[in-house]
Amino acid sequence: MMAWIQHWAPLLAILVSAVGALLIILTGEKRRNLRESWTILAAVTKFGLVASMLPSVLAGAPPELRLVELSPGIELALRVDAAGIMFALSASFLWILTSFFAFGYMRGAGEKKQTRFFAMLALCLSATMGIAFSANLLTFVLFYEILSVATYPLVIHAGSDKAYKIGRQYLVYAITAGMALVAGIALVLGAEGSLDFVAGGFISGSHSPVLLWTIFLAFFIGFGVKAGVMPLHSWLPNAMIAPTPVSALLHAVAVVKAGVFGFVRLFGYTFGPELSQAMGAATFVAILAGATLLLASFIAMTKDDLKARLAYSTVGHLSYIVLGVALLAPTAMLGAAFHMVTHAAMKITLFFCAGTIYVHTHKKKVSELDGIGRQMPLTLFAFGVGAVGLAGTPLVGGFVSKWYLAQGAVDAGQPIFLVLLLLSGLLNAAYLLPIVVRAFFRSSPEHTKLNEASPLMVVPLTLTMLLAILLGVWPDGIFHFFTLGEMVVEAVTGTRLSTSGVL
Amino acid sequence: MSQIPVLIPTSLLLTALLSLLAGLVSRRAGHWIALAGVTLATVLGLMGLAHIWQGGDTVRYALGAWLPPIGIEFVMDPLAAYMVAIILVIGLLVFIFAPKSLALEAPGKEGLAWPAKILVLAGLTGMCLTGDLFNLYVFLEIAALAAYALLGMGSAAGALATFRYLLIGAVGGGFYLIGVAFLYFSAGTLNMADMASLLPELADSRAVQAAGVFMIAGLAIKMALFPFHTWLPDVYTNAPSAVAGLIAPVMTKVSAYAIIRLFLDVFPPGFFVEGIPLLAVVGWVSAAGILYGSILAIGQQDYRRMLAYSSVGQLGYIGLGVALANPLGMIGALLHVLNHALMKGLLFLVGGAVFHRSGRTRIPDWQGVGRRMPWTMGAFTIGALAMVGIPPTAGFFSKWYLLLGSAESGAWIWFGVIVASSLLSAIYFFRVVELIWRNPETDSAAQELAPVPEGRTPASMLFPMAVLSAAIFLAGLLNVAIVRALLSRVAAPLAGG
Repeated sequence: MMAWIQHWAPLLAILVSAVGALLIILTGEKRRNLRESWTILAAVTKFGLVASMLPSVLAGAPPELRLVELSPGIELALRVDAAGIMFALSASFLWILTSFFAFGYMRGAGEKKQTRFFAMLALCLSATMGIAFSANLLTFVLFYEILSVATYPLVIHAGSDKAYKIGRQYLVYAITAGMALVAGIALVLGAEGSLDFVAGGFISGSHSPVLLWTIFLAFFIGFGVKAGVMPLHSWLPNAMIAPTPVSALLHAVAVVKAGVFGFVRLFGYTFGPELSQAMGAATFVAILAGATLLLASFIAMTKDDLKARLAYSTVGHLSYIVLGVALLAPTAMLGAAFHMVTHAAMKITLFFCAGTIYVHTHKKKVSELDGIGRQMPLTLFAFGVGAVGLAGTPLVGGFVSKWYLAQGAVDAGQPIFLVLLLLSGLLNAAYLLPIVVRAFFRSSPEHTKLNEASPLMVVPLTLTMLLAILLGVWPDGIFHFFTLGEMVVEAVTGTRLSTSGVL
Repeated sequence: MSQIPVLIPTSLLLTALLSLLAGLVSRRAGHWIALAGVTLATVLGLMGLAHIWQGGDTVRYALGAWLPPIGIEFVMDPLAAYMVAIILVIGLLVFIFAPKSLALEAPGKEGLAWPAKILVLAGLTGMCLTGDLFNLYVFLEIAALAAYALLGMGSAAGALATFRYLLIGAVGGGFYLIGVAFLYFSAGTLNMADMASLLPELADSRAVQAAGVFMIAGLAIKMALFPFHTWLPDVYTNAPSAVAGLIAPVMTKVSAYAIIRLFLDVFPPGFFVEGIPLLAVVGWVSAAGILYGSILAIGQQDYRRMLAYSSVGQLGYIGLGVALANPLGMIGALLHVLNHALMKGLLFLVGGAVFHRSGRTRIPDWQGVGRRMPWTMGAFTIGALAMVGIPPTAGFFSKWYLLLGSAESGAWIWFGVIVASSLLSAIYFFRVVELIWRNPETDSAAQELAPVPEGRTPASMLFPMAVLSAAIFLAGLLNVAIVRALLSRVAAPLAGG
């Protein structure tokens, strides 16, 4: 039995929440406690399956599974390497916490259509695992498209004219990105005859520059939309119309990171660092990502709506990761890989806080939050931790990843990006910290009594906050994320960084 | 085994007669006999498919023991077995679906509908199985005449639209027949295999070239390839759902089959590429048709009309794949014959089920139907995703092979057309998906419409839709098995060039 599970673990980790989604739909609204237990069961099982593969990954023996052929010679193939398990671990772990948070949020906010909500969320997590474990581009795009479609019902959840309008925009972006990706992959297959990811890349530089750039731009559109790289980002702030658990898990962790993860696979495992450098593609992406992280921070400052501000913050931080990958320096890649995890922990904390504040006090705007820290001190404390972490303060995870990103900018001989990173760090502080200051140091007659929200929401956000801190003080302490990051770097660039998670 | 090729069309012809006679006595008896006949033919078709699938040789049967090239030959090779299986399985599913639907949409005419449907199936399977060019024409007209009767059954508008189809279809059939006559006078044979051995020496003859043009043009009219599609939208819109659900998925495809057969097995290799560049013309009009059909589908308010314009676009995919004249393009075209039959069949049946429950055909009236008909609308959503080409549904994979084929031939404009049309399909299908799941109780964007009456969709309707929905996923995930066992054998002659 154990051997059987071990063999099929990658597939089971993907399927378990799809089965969960089916059970959720069949159970329905009338037996919602049973329905909710399917979510928890699926989330815990999924996380357990992913975690069970960690030792083999760390031992350098990534689990592999080859299934049915999708196209002659190209299988539906799964391979759990260091990059994939980093993504899968963070998404599946945060899904457990998000599930509890969502029970509190959806019931507290009196949301309708909860069955559809939880079913689609579970399906999204299936697709996310599939993306993380894909061993070739065709498998990748298969799950990528499923993720696009499964997210749509969550975006239009509110059922208002505005929500449907945003849903249409979301689909246009997502389907265009998906088709661009499919077209790019078809060209790769025509040129190389293979689609398997290879650490260090598998596309030969001997093709014509026109073909290489066409493929590259198709991939850039495909991944750039989900990763919110400007000018492809505008769907993401709009998608915040979805319920906050979706914004927290999908539009800060799973969906958007799928795009970022695509860039990791693109630069690290498809084109490879050398070709990306030689053809100038890496520089192209680095410039766009650099511009994005700066512009997004400026836009975030202008937003009074809390979720909108966080959304632009997400746009900016996704570009940190994309920039780190595109700089191609080993330290920058390490920072990027680690930022995928730390940003997830920090940003999900902030979204959880925003959702908790909304459900508890119906406040959505930053300008309405005066003195709210006295009513909900723990929630706002967690928000503060997330905020300083995103700004890059030591002892929170964001510092570690930004440190390596900054070092990478120097190593890559691109000090301009160092300036950008530092400037953006200041801007992060400038748009997030005033919220905390306002909450604790201003007063309002509305928020005088201590009155925290339901523990279903407060406990998850406290745990994600602790996770963000843990990643800052002991980067390798949880799931060996730091070691995994180093393994990614070594696989892609061949450089062994000997930091071992000690600062 | 050797009798299977001839047994399928003849058993169906016999069933049509019996069903008609029985129908005079009792309408139900007519249906049961027809159903039994289709089931038998389907079993035979699947047996034949299994034989070919396992690597079996082409099955040949000389009618009346008159050996070809004198007598008429029936041939079941991979291409024919594949087409026949598609036609019969869709036919059987539509037969299961039809009684409740036809009783509503063409009341009192079921007694004639069953034999006519059987005749359509007999004609279409006969076209695929015959090894004789003139015999193909005969089966084509059998299928066409029966189809006219069926399509005109629903309403006065349907009859008028069908009359237009009849006029255009007669021209198409006539063109094909003229082509056959030219070939017969040039080569002195009608047997396809014999013709193929004689034509290489005659390829420079004007008569043979003219024959090629006439035959392809005639079949393109029958196939409703853009710009010969004008009859199609009106016909599909006004036909009973259970008729459109049979005709739309398979009938036009069989004309496409005939084009493929002429191109691969009758005319010499390269005849339509170098001799007379007809395939390039087919390719360009297909590309134009893909865009034209998809764009017009976006604006349609009537569900069946939208599907009809969508079909115009989808037929373009098949034409495009054939025109690429390389194995990947041919595989994409052939796979799309199957995929489109599954998807369009499903979508037309969904339309019939919705009409049966609510009497609605206009898309704006479909708002909120998903609440009362969740399984039917779930099936619609699967069909819509497949039409857009979302993996792992079947629709993705035919486009995938077409993209690979276009890339191999360097047909970049066609490559771009395939990509663009997926976005257009997304627009017109997600428009409906968005609407059907709206719920006036929870969605402020939903308008109050009279709710769909309480009730149940009959199992005889749900079952075929469920089978087709599952088949859409299976055909996607198992596409390589189909390609290896059948389609790459069909496309093999193209690999050499």
